Amino acid sequence: MPFDVEVVRKDFPVLSREVNGAPLVYLDSASSSHKPTPVLDAERQFVEQHYSNVHRGVHTLSQEATDAYESARSTVASFIGGAHDEVVFTKNVTESVNLVAYALGNRGDLGPGDEICVTEMEHHSNLVPWQMLAQRTGATLRWLGLTDEGRLDLSDLDAVVNERTKLFAFTQVSNLLGTENDVATLVARAKEVGALTLVDGAQAVPHQPVDVRSLDVDFYAFTGHKMLAPSGVGVLWGRDLDALPPFMGGGSMIETVQMTGSTYAPAPERFEAGTPVISQAVALAAACDYLDALGLDNIKAHENALTARLLDGIRDLRGVSVLGPDTTEMRGSAVSFVVEGVHPHDVGQSLDELGIAVRVGHHCAAPVCRRFGVPATARASSYVYNNEADIDALLEGIQRVQEFWSA
Amino acid sequence: MTESLYQEIILEHYKHPHHKGLRDPFDVEVHHVNPTCGDEVTLRVKVNGGVVEDVSYDGHGCSISQASTSVMTDLVIGKPVDDALTTHEAFLELMHSRGQLEPDEDLLEDGIAFAGVSKYPARVKCALLGWMAWKDATSQALSSDQKKDTA
Repeated sequence: MPFDVEVVRKDFPVLSREVNGAPLVYLDSASSSHKPTPVLDAERQFVEQHYSNVHRGVHTLSQEATDAYESARSTVASFIGGAHDEVVFTKNVTESVNLVAYALGNRGDLGPGDEICVTEMEHHSNLVPWQMLAQRTGATLRWLGLTDEGRLDLSDLDAVVNERTKLFAFTQVSNLLGTENDVATLVARAKEVGALTLVDGAQAVPHQPVDVRSLDVDFYAFTGHKMLAPSGVGVLWGRDLDALPPFMGGGSMIETVQMTGSTYAPAPERFEAGTPVISQAVALAAACDYLDALGLDNIKAHENALTARLLDGIRDLRGVSVLGPDTTEMRGSAVSFVVEGVHPHDVGQSLDELGIAVRVGHHCAAPVCRRFGVPATARASSYVYNNEADIDALLEGIQRVQEFWSA
Repeated sequence: MTESLYQEIILEHYKHPHHKGLRDPFDVEVHHVNPTCGDEVTLRVKVNGGVVEDVSYDGHGCSISQASTSVMTDLVIGKPVDDALTTHEAFLELMHSRGQLEPDEDLLEDGIAFAGVSKYPARVKCALLGWMAWKDATSQALSSDQKKDTA
């Protein structure tokens, strides 16, 4: 079935509302996406007809809820080419990364003299947990810098990722620059030195086909709310989760409990202490089905066309510059831009007056802003439901912002 | 576009800020940031005999934060500290009013232009950046003054 954005748009009721008297132009999906009716219906149907706590009871609803929850795990696992028991439901990417950071720390993987490697383009969620792990263990944090084009500077890859590196954590697609990294090259170097790899896929999984086995990583993290599912559910995929000790202790993650101590359930339950996110996980599976039906290749092609239109349009505007790659080659759909002489907050506020939603600020990637010498950027990010009219409205809006602020 | 937020007075202070640039002498220097957007201000205060003798600052940020800091310096420089603190309180109250308060022009002068900002919760922190930095610096200046007095 060909991809028809106007058909897709009908599944998103929010797109028919107005903001400040203008039709909503939602270009903030890299921050959080909207949810289509089929996903909302799936969650509602589950909650209305099958809801109960999971893994606890013998009654019918308890069994149905457990089946739905575990079936959601299978759907999410196969969506990224993984197996059922390799998927842990978390709250978000932040929790997924912290889970690995604490588990590796608890296992005693790191100490003084060991190194953790990240990149300068990480979202704070894939940076701060490693800074904290380094602090707890005495390990050293190192990072790959960026080129002026917003690519990873790989000239010193072999020095930065070396025999002391225990873990290499990096994003697949930058949320601020849009840059897509060459995972294969980075994983190959990590394997040469025997380092574990963790990839932040928050900006990749919603937008393009991802197969964790062909990426050959050890851990992969992503989140539901950026891929048409509700907030509150994230995912950690791990190749060998049973080799890790628990992160949080509590109900559900145990095998036997005595006053003197406990033993732990196998993965993935070991990492899901307490009542998990049940209906959100069910909705995430529905979102995976929805995206699969559209086709991830189709989605990627659709977004590339919009991104190219936006990059071309900005290139024609005086006084507007893009941070990050200027073409769609190895690039996601998030486009950060700076309007000369107008602070990004003022850009965002003025665009909102026209009904256009973009994100402004440092996008939880403050070191990237510092690297490029700007305090903040405005960022437009498109998704399955955006069309050419949205991009044209933004380009027109930027010109109106310039007129207002130069008056 | 955005007339209720971006009043002419705000744009004027943004384009031509008053008292900008760091100056000597000063008692206390503080550095405040708005972590959600990365706006920053470095601000110095000189208090002499219970009077705000000078406030100087440097920083970068959006029109609201820059204009608000400029207006603040107009309102506090040369005033007795107690009066300046009263003005500070009034501005704080205005910013938290969600557009429901009629501002006192005698007290806030150009500051009344920010009444509209209070309707935009995401921007209130921008408007308060310089004001909170001034309050912080002034409190520190006063407490170090007291220590000197009691020493």
